[in-house]
Amino acid sequence: MTKVFIPQDMVAVACGADELAAQVQQQANESGVEITLVRNGSRGLLWLEPLVEVEQGDQRVSLGQVDADDVSSLIRAIADGDLSQHPKFLGDIEQHDYFKCQQRLTFKRAGLADPVCLESYRANGGYAGLTRALAMSPQEIVDEVKESGLRGRGGAAFPTGIKWQTVLDTAGEQKYITCNADEGDSGTFADRLLMEADPYQLIEGMTIAGVAVGATEGFIYLRSEYPLAHRLLDIAIERAQNQGWLGKDIQGSGHDFQLEVRLGAGAYICGEETSMLESLEGKRGMVRSKPPLPAIEGFLASPTVVNNVLTLAAVTTVLAEGAEHYQNFGMGRSRGTMPMQLAGNIKHGGLVELAFGMSLRELVDNIGGGTASGRPVRAIQVGGPLGAYLPESQWDTPLDYESFAAIQAMLGHGGVVVFDDSVDMSLQARFAMEFCAEESCGKCTPCRIGSVRGVEVIDRIRSGTERANNLSLLHDLCDTMEYGSLCAMGGMTPFPVRSAVSHFPEDFGAENLAAGEQQVKSSAEEVTH
Amino acid sequence: MSEDTKQLQQVEAIVQQMHGRKGALLPILHAIKDALGCVPPAAVPIIAKGLNLSRAEVHGVISFYHDFKTEPGGENLVQLCRAEACQAMGARELETHVESSLGIGIGETTADGKISLEPVYCLGNCACSPSVAINQKVYARVDAARFDELIAELGRAAS
Ligand SMILES: Cc1cc2nc3c(=O)[nH]c(=O)nc-3n(C[C@H](O)[C@H](O)[C@H](O)COP(=O)(O)O)c2cc1C
Ligand code: SF4
Ligand code: FES
Repeated sequence: MTKVFIPQDMVAVACGADELAAQVQQQANESGVEITLVRNGSRGLLWLEPLVEVEQGDQRVSLGQVDADDVSSLIRAIADGDLSQHPKFLGDIEQHDYFKCQQRLTFKRAGLADPVCLESYRANGGYAGLTRALAMSPQEIVDEVKESGLRGRGGAAFPTGIKWQTVLDTAGEQKYITCNADEGDSGTFADRLLMEADPYQLIEGMTIAGVAVGATEGFIYLRSEYPLAHRLLDIAIERAQNQGWLGKDIQGSGHDFQLEVRLGAGAYICGEETSMLESLEGKRGMVRSKPPLPAIEGFLASPTVVNNVLTLAAVTTVLAEGAEHYQNFGMGRSRGTMPMQLAGNIKHGGLVELAFGMSLRELVDNIGGGTASGRPVRAIQVGGPLGAYLPESQWDTPLDYESFAAIQAMLGHGGVVVFDDSVDMSLQARFAMEFCAEESCGKCTPCRIGSVRGVEVIDRIRSGTERANNLSLLHDLCDTMEYGSLCAMGGMTPFPVRSAVSHFPEDFGAENLAAGEQQVKSSAEEVTH
Repeated sequence: MSEDTKQLQQVEAIVQQMHGRKGALLPILHAIKDALGCVPPAAVPIIAKGLNLSRAEVHGVISFYHDFKTEPGGENLVQLCRAEACQAMGARELETHVESSLGIGIGETTADGKISLEPVYCLGNCACSPSVAINQKVYARVDAARFDELIAELGRAAS
């Protein structure tokens, strides 16, 4: 029996996978070649989509960037039982350099099978983590997560076990597990890829969290831009329920956990955890001041875990393989693996799950293959729209939370957006301010108004109007936003702006910049004297 | 029965069915949007009553979120990704092309009501950018020529 895998992943479909699947099925029928077509998730080598895999006997081989012109030769090769002569032949995808250099823990199952097939999930190690957790006490589960060193993959990198401990220790009639699947950062798609390729892993992770802290209800707050993830999660939740992996008395353990997907509505700020909780409650996504922490008063004022998709997914590995196994990956205080996402002007864009510690340069040059345009890389924005733009002098920084913080940058959710030398960094700085103005929740003035002023000031710098004065004004504005904002939206928008100005001064009128900095210095001296 | 009355009955039914859920307002607004294409102002009092909220509160929520429009858009929704990964692959140039080829700016609808053009900030297709979504289907590596092709296909599909 020949199985043909063509991903239903959003990117594969955006590259023509649906049309391709229809043609493959049709031509196979017409030629009397018997195949079973499986719409799997993506393997994460996104530049190769549609990536077709063919399984015959115990052989599973792949072909990359398959299009309509390849279909008849593909069907013939399947009939002959030999795909190795096909022009798009790549061999076993797991032996591909891009795949081999990775340490896949969270994404080990991605793309192997039909994402909502519960039998495949279990056959490939799924639910081993929950099964083990069900035999442990809540405190033992929380301890295991603490020992693993797992930190939040949503951006803030807070230790997950400590968050869970707070929820466990807080009394409450009803506690909640909420999953932050708002994934708004440009350059990131790992949450989407996981939910579209291996949705049960998220469901399992949330169930483990529920058992650990004593929560019986969970919500996945999913951005509305991900309709496929929505559909697959709904199916997976229903099947898990039918098989006793969700709902009452899970696998006879006495634990209950029910789960529901809730859609966001196109607001970036709702990825901030307190804004997300407001939105889940049916309100405007206004950021709350902390304290109280969501762990103590979260959804409907009850103790609530808020974790990113990847954090909750990683918990399944921690429980299945043990804390020690997980924390053996990584460096320093960054333990385990980080799903990095190569995006923008990159030759080999896709998902690269790595133990912390590789340098950014290695990731972009060796794995990513440099730019798609073939021109030199000039700037790399890591960590989404609030992350810094890094110049070449900083590309040897290891991918690790502390090393990035030390250069006023952040890993965030692992997005890596590459720009070639045609980029105008003053436009990128302008966009950072524009985006903040567009997406601010409006609660604090420095963020709401400061960002609008920021756009104006950068426009004046770009047009050469009083450059030096306006550059120093921009510095002041960044200070005000950084120190006067309630959350990281206003507080970190200065990071991309400042990094663009300081590392790429030539894009802001370099000669005048020196004068601008002079001015900042002298005004600072005035203050101190 | 007028079209408007029918619509409000639909709203009524949605509110009836969903008002008991925790944090019911967003799911209700999504359901109304899916059924009617937008959240018409006349729906506000019905939602407010069903959830025991003030009209101002309901209105405040609708206006906060980009997804909820108070008027129906054009027949087709074209969304251009304007975020960084797409910028790195020429989204700004694409935007200029799109605006001139459709003859409208971002946020506008063509005079014949066929196409509304909206911005979007990341569709999760950042490894194969620039990205465009047409009626929620995402397309990868869209340059000017590919965009024109997609719009031509829309026209053909309609006729
Ligand atoms: C403006 C802003 C946007 C954010 N967007 C997201 C997001 O889309 N997904 C996410 O998981 N975390 C996001 N975060 C971080 C969350 O506030 C929070 O730290 C995270 O969901 C906690 O989960 P974790 O500990 O598992 O990372 C955002 C934060 C800010 C300030
Ligand atoms: S910094 Fe901006 S987004 Fe954050 S709370 Fe203040 S106004 Fe809202
Ligand atoms: S930035 Fe355009 S799809 Fe992500």
